[in-house]
Amino acid sequence: MKGFPAKKQNNKKKYKERSRVKRQAKYGSIPFLVPSVIGACVFFFIPFLVVIRYSMLDNPLSGNFVGLENYRLLIENGAYRKAVHNTAMFSVYAVPLGVILSLLLAMLMDLKLPFRSGFRSFFLSPMMVPVASVVLIWQVLFDYNGAVNAFLSGFGAEKVDYLKSGKAIAVIVILFLWKNLGYNMILFLAALSSIPQDIIEVAILESASPLQIFFRIKLRYLAGTFVFVTIMTLINSFKIFREVYLLTTDYPYETIYMLQHYINNRFRNLDYQALSAAAILMSLVMIVIIAILFVAEGLAGKDLEG
Amino acid sequence: MSADIRNEKDNARVAARKYAGYSRRRPASRKKIKHAVGMTLATFIVLFLSLLFLTPIVLTITNSFMSQSEIASNYGAVFATTANGGRRFVSARVNLKYIPDMVSFSQYVSVLFKSPAYLLKYWNSIFLVVPITFFQLMVAALAGYGFSRYNGKIRGIIFFSYIILMLMPYQVTLVPNFLVSQKLGIINTFWAIWLPGVFSPFSVYLVTKYMKRIPPSLIEAAKMDGAGEWKVFTRVCFPLCKSILYATGILVFIDYWNMVEQPLILLSDEDKYPLSVYLSKINSGEVSLAFAVATVYMIPALLVFLYGEESLVEGISYQGGVKS
Repeated sequence: MKGFPAKKQNNKKKYKERSRVKRQAKYGSIPFLVPSVIGACVFFFIPFLVVIRYSMLDNPLSGNFVGLENYRLLIENGAYRKAVHNTAMFSVYAVPLGVILSLLLAMLMDLKLPFRSGFRSFFLSPMMVPVASVVLIWQVLFDYNGAVNAFLSGFGAEKVDYLKSGKAIAVIVILFLWKNLGYNMILFLAALSSIPQDIIEVAILESASPLQIFFRIKLRYLAGTFVFVTIMTLINSFKIFREVYLLTTDYPYETIYMLQHYINNRFRNLDYQALSAAAILMSLVMIVIIAILFVAEGLAGKDLEG
Repeated sequence: MSADIRNEKDNARVAARKYAGYSRRRPASRKKIKHAVGMTLATFIVLFLSLLFLTPIVLTITNSFMSQSEIASNYGAVFATTANGGRRFVSARVNLKYIPDMVSFSQYVSVLFKSPAYLLKYWNSIFLVVPITFFQLMVAALAGYGFSRYNGKIRGIIFFSYIILMLMPYQVTLVPNFLVSQKLGIINTFWAIWLPGVFSPFSVYLVTKYMKRIPPSLIEAAKMDGAGEWKVFTRVCFPLCKSILYATGILVFIDYWNMVEQPLILLSDEDKYPLSVYLSKINSGEVSLAFAVATVYMIPALLVFLYGEESLVEGISYQGGVKS
């Protein structure tokens, strides 16, 4: 604000100066990107191009170009379809539940409960448990002779072999939620505490109902965190495969035969072309999902600059 | 540092409310009772849930002090079949027990002293995971600075492809990974796990997200004082990123600490396996040992967690991109 009129005539000079600074920022920061970009190219992107090529060959040794034939075979394959369906079903249950339950939990915690930090650590503790002992404990809990059956049969319920029944997917969703709710909750807690209180107070003064406050104000401010939590939950929903695999081995009950099982088994058979085609299709789906998420974030958080 | 400010703000707000006559209601109005009931209810729900969440970790630790026979009598019904083929009935049903009848250290003795295989694998784990975590963070800090300094089209595309890459499940990147390792001739060496780990884009994403929120005026001020890009990075941006690097580091560490797929595919020599792979194999065999190994294996993660829980939480909060 100081010396406003004097600066006016300097405008051209200032513009030049600014573009110099900008150029400097542009080129001066390239060296910082070099290690990461080269590494990512060598270990991920270039091999990925090779995978695209493989997906269009009849097999890597003879190398005859067959176009989209592998994709057609893949899509017609029953095991692949089952795997896609199951993985999609798992994500449909697990991701929204993971996001919404952690938001509810964060809102409960946000009520200024006593021992908040203690609870927080408890909820984060599953992150520390080694995968193998998670598997061990899940076996103890959900086996036919396991603790859950023992507990429920006390109420006269019939025993179920959870991992070999239609309930298997529920067991895995529970495992997933147990592992990831704490992390998501902390993300939401931070977002909730960053909502400016003044706005909420004004809303209360204007006698807005709690529901209105939640949907009209809080959700708006949470939009960015929502997208981030969804992305992280998606990533983690793929990582849970490690546990699922150790719990169920190569050929599990049919409702939990996941895409990852399929890819793993293909890998064992060295069926590169089917494997590559599956990987490419999965990447395409991911790209679409991410694009949708980012567009949604842009729409939801647009009016909240600052 | 922001906590003080927030407290101050809170105090001011409380004072303002008092002034406006808000808190001077009748002592036990209906609303207050309702509020108290709600709070107690909420506390109990959260308490119950958090104890459920804590159960597996507590079970793992306490059960590691049970003797072999006690484990067998508690969990025999589950593991008798998997361990020895035929069903050997030890007890008809499972007994989830927190406190061992008799505290026994025999499991630890056999894990730590009797079989060197465990310690060797433990060392493998450390030797694999610590470098990955450290160098991945360094690469990510550099790249984060590069991405946050300038927002161009090419960088946007690169960054977006990083995000896609980050979202790929391991089973998808596994084929490219395997191909490269073969080409470079590093298969069955630790390099096959180190290198892809170091350049994994996961922490780049998180660090960049945070660095983008460092006010440009701070960087410009440093530039005015004659600092070059490198100096701006080391003196201004890097120190500001400590807590985000810490939290990201913990996530990366835990992720690789638990790796199972990579070693199975990229290492053929079993002597090179980290303990995580080995752990997943003893499950079906010696259950009684498994809890003790798991506990020993959990120690580094637990230490990191207990030592730096505050900064972990702070760092995770920053990951979400919250302005505080």
